[in-house]
Amino acid sequence: MGKILIEERKLVVPGEELAEGMDYLPGEGAFREDDKILSLKVGLAHIDNRLLKVIPLGGKYTPKDGDTIIGKIVDIGMFGWRVNFGWAFFATIPLKDGSRDFIPNGADLSQYYAIGDYVAAKITKVVGSKIIDASMKLPGTKKLTNGRLIEVQPTRVPRIIGKQGSMISLIKEHTDCFIVVGQNGYVWISGSEPDKQLLAVKAIRQVEKDAHGEGLTDKISAFLKKESK
Amino acid sequence: MAYTKRSDGRKFDEIRPMEAKVGVIKRATGSAMFKMGNTIAIAAVFGPRDVFPSFLQNNSRGILRCHYDMMSFSVTERKRPGPTRRSTEISKVTEAALMPILDLSKFPNTGVDVYINMLQADAGTRTAGINAAALALADAGIPMKDLVCSVAVGKVGDKICVDLTKEEEDFEEGATDLPIAVLPRSGKVTLLQMDGKMTQKEIKEALEMGKKSIQAIKKLQVKALNDKYKETGK
Repeated sequence: MGKILIEERKLVVPGEELAEGMDYLPGEGAFREDDKILSLKVGLAHIDNRLLKVIPLGGKYTPKDGDTIIGKIVDIGMFGWRVNFGWAFFATIPLKDGSRDFIPNGADLSQYYAIGDYVAAKITKVVGSKIIDASMKLPGTKKLTNGRLIEVQPTRVPRIIGKQGSMISLIKEHTDCFIVVGQNGYVWISGSEPDKQLLAVKAIRQVEKDAHGEGLTDKISAFLKKESK
Repeated sequence: MAYTKRSDGRKFDEIRPMEAKVGVIKRATGSAMFKMGNTIAIAAVFGPRDVFPSFLQNNSRGILRCHYDMMSFSVTERKRPGPTRRSTEISKVTEAALMPILDLSKFPNTGVDVYINMLQADAGTRTAGINAAALALADAGIPMKDLVCSVAVGKVGDKICVDLTKEEEDFEEGATDLPIAVLPRSGKVTLLQMDGKMTQKEIKEALEMGKKSIQAIKKLQVKALNDKYKETGK
């Protein structure tokens, strides 16, 4: 019978033993060597029944299927648009996924998204690391205008969104802002008054700083109440 | 005159006082500082990112590129800035020392760049550089199967020593320097160079001594990584 060697939410480093024996499986951020399961990253250990994962605490965003990303249009061609979203390679928005509207043959594509525009798109296909297709047709995709962009640690994004979007709706509620969070660590804040936008930025920075702590929602709620007086 | 007592009062198998800090460079994906006595190394990791020139890209896995250099003020005589024969060689061996633990198969066509700089040099710079680079790579979230710990062993006069200083390397009756890098979990050696003369027996003895001191380095590396996220986790 195997044995788990760590507690839930313990900070682990690369090469640290998580479990012994063949009863357990390595999940994301872990690997198997002989009969041991070891950590691949610096992160928090997570035990999911017999699956052992490591939730990373740092590092760059890697594109995944279905992620919402925020990026900047850098190129327009016959194929559609190219988006820079902070990864090593640009994502492509093919013409057929360019807009919910009908794009007629030979249309001027910069009418839809010009170079320098920001968009919230959804990744539809990832092949290796070079080919990344995104769509502007799916729900949750949008052209972003009149707002500010801030950059956060991609590993903190799940905490900024919260369980079922609890954290982000809390911030939205207190600041009346329109906020889009990209999985790639870009956050778009628009609408409302400039003061409230700044408060939203502050709140997000606070979440980023205190991420992975306990009772985060209460802390941020108190912070927002105090600041918005 | 035989070498009976070390000039800085250390025992023969004692490493210089060390210090490590993770996350010293804000704009890098990951970074670390590693200090061994008067040798201070800083390492910054960028990537995975696009690789230029593009013929270097590998479509089955990411590549690792190390850039070792010394600051012009790190040594007593000004070091002329820019790559030298020596720094190119050290970059190469550092790459070889780190590559076995990295798993870059998830990042095809990309490259991970490691920039290692010496703020202060007092012998053992490549070993301090490897220690710092291992920490910086872990900080950057690159999948790693283990850490890498590195230390220089050697012979001063006729005594086997660990972690030589510049003064000891320049010992008048001759000194041998043998930097090693070891994977602490398996004990496998990923860097082994030698400058000087040693018998087979002496090398074996030195390696044993080095492998013992590796554990102290690993302990410090783990502590440095834990310190960055002190408030999080258990």
